[in-house]
Amino acid sequence: MQEEQVQQSEQNEGYRWGMAVDLDRCTGCEACVTACHAENNIPTVGAEQASGGRTLHWMRIERYFEGEFPDVQAKFRPVFCQQCDNAPCEPVCPTYASHHTEEGLNAQVYNRCIGTRYCANACPYNVRFFNFYNPEWEKPLHLQLNPDVSVREVGVMEKCTFCIQRINTAKIDAKANDETIQDGSLQTACVQSCTANALVFGNLNDPESEVSRLARSPRGSKLLDDLGTEPSVTYLNRETWHESGSR
Amino acid sequence: MNPEADRRMTEDFLRPLLHTTWKFYVAVAFFGSIVLAGFATWGYQIYTGIGIAGINSPVFWGFYLVNFVFWIGISHAGTLISAILRLVNATWRRPITRCAEAITAFALMIGAMFPLIHLGRVWLFYWLLPYPSQRGLWPNFRSPLVWDFFAITTYLLSSLLFLLLPMIPDFALVRDKTTGIRSRIYGLLSFGWRGTPKHWHRLESGMHIMAIVILPIAVSVHTVVSFDFSMAVVPMWHSTIFGPYFVTGAIFSGIAALIIAMALLRRLLHLEYYLRPIHFQNMGKLLVTMSLLWGYFVFNERLTVWYGNESHETGVFWATQAGDYAPFFWTMVIVNFVVPIVLVGIRRFRTITGTVIASCGVVVGMWLERFLIIIPSLSYKQLSYMWGSYAPTWAELTIMAATFAGIALLFLLFSKFVPIISIWELKVGDQPKIETDQPLADAEAEGELA
Repeated sequence: MQEEQVQQSEQNEGYRWGMAVDLDRCTGCEACVTACHAENNIPTVGAEQASGGRTLHWMRIERYFEGEFPDVQAKFRPVFCQQCDNAPCEPVCPTYASHHTEEGLNAQVYNRCIGTRYCANACPYNVRFFNFYNPEWEKPLHLQLNPDVSVREVGVMEKCTFCIQRINTAKIDAKANDETIQDGSLQTACVQSCTANALVFGNLNDPESEVSRLARSPRGSKLLDDLGTEPSVTYLNRETWHESGSR
Repeated sequence: MNPEADRRMTEDFLRPLLHTTWKFYVAVAFFGSIVLAGFATWGYQIYTGIGIAGINSPVFWGFYLVNFVFWIGISHAGTLISAILRLVNATWRRPITRCAEAITAFALMIGAMFPLIHLGRVWLFYWLLPYPSQRGLWPNFRSPLVWDFFAITTYLLSSLLFLLLPMIPDFALVRDKTTGIRSRIYGLLSFGWRGTPKHWHRLESGMHIMAIVILPIAVSVHTVVSFDFSMAVVPMWHSTIFGPYFVTGAIFSGIAALIIAMALLRRLLHLEYYLRPIHFQNMGKLLVTMSLLWGYFVFNERLTVWYGNESHETGVFWATQAGDYAPFFWTMVIVNFVVPIVLVGIRRFRTITGTVIASCGVVVGMWLERFLIIIPSLSYKQLSYMWGSYAPTWAELTIMAATFAGIALLFLLFSKFVPIISIWELKVGDQPKIETDQPLADAEAEGELA
């Protein structure tokens, strides 16, 4: 009886955040990447460092090309932290800087991170980034930092948080109004900026939410599913371009 | 034992302690300045950020971790030679045990620094330790890095004990042979050793216990180091063979390091009479045995990956067999497998020089092995979009050079303050016949032909 109640309350009140990415809709415009940088105070490292492989993009658009010229098809895949339920990055952290929250997020506690970078090696998606130097912003960009997000210092790992600052604000607002967060009312920065509506964010515990509906789609799959990481992100495979007559 | 031989031995081994030439100071200054440069680089890295190293995304671990595994591997010299040979009571071990145990202690001290050097925020390193903090936070015991901390600390403490225990009678000897402040210091270090039967009995049983205890510790410590890699779902890291593979490689490189150290001490401290060709021969045989075992493990590891043809692993596999990292791989195979077997396995080449050359090759090869385990796997992880590469910077090279200079410096100082050969053990054992009239060259030639 008690267990049932707990389960019920988890179903109704508990959130489990997830994302769905419709690869059919993604145009590869990278607006999400820019929005993510602006929202989360992600530093730019400059051309020299970037060429050495030290860019920090919590979100990236992977481009893959198929076919021979001129019959070439570009495929885009937005990749960001998959917020795995069985995350390889979490057990390896010696200080619990990388740990699992009750809402299914892989939280990164910047202040607790000592920079072993083990989590970044363990992550098969390569979505964890390291501050090799203290971050700097060219003037006047330093004036546009988001006050809701902390700036990370040198030696600290960082990664996509599913805009946890927005989640927390929405939760506080909902609690003040004595209601739960409505589906669609809470959007991460990347979702908000996606003109093609390729990204959908929401509560996976709510079976009626848009993201739950898409997660059940027969087109859905998980990235590197065979590793058993149980990601919270569902990718909806491309299908239409075969039929569109472009080939 | 005839008193003449006894006196000569004491004289031979105390000479480096009592007489210092200008060459010693020059060598200390040389190695010391490289070590200082290493510390300065580390200081600069702490000040500016670990970005001065060559690591990047996706290769987040570079030379620092390669050197970490390498030096922990070198530290396995002492345990194998000393503990195993003590347990089986191989008498020829007597002149080389102290040297082996010293390598263990020094290589561990150096190796254990690298996890700190590679930290992004080293000033918070104590968060790795289980200390009572007011927030009630403990380290994450699920993390292999925490296992590492315990394994290496245990190994360091026990190998220091293992090194210090048999030094007590020798300290007492130095105490008795010197005067003034020097005698007083060595008197303190010898813990009031008087050489009574009770003292000897306690020392022997203490050494016996330590020799038994330290073997499982040594095996476990490099297994735990291998867990740093094999616990992660990274292509070609996630392998069950890593535990024994790492232990084998560690002992292999440890033996090679010991042979090199023995040859240097023999030459520099004029110990030709005590470190005889037979020692190099026996150590050479061990080197070949470990070379064969190591080759077997490499073959196993490569064959299963190639045959399994698992899509995530093929990127790493072919990068090391025929791609960017192939030159390093095949160099490693030649210096770790072909060269030792030719130079030590074939009797005609089995000279001191040949054994030392093979050992130098093995040290280089085992360093390359650690490089090949860490770097290609991180360069070619699952998502090909994020494949990358790595090159070290001046900072990593300076710190690496400093560690090699560091072990030279530690050895130099050690041989200045401690008899580098365990005098009492040599005296109680049936050491090579001391016939003072037999020319050294003859003895050497005899050994080489044997």
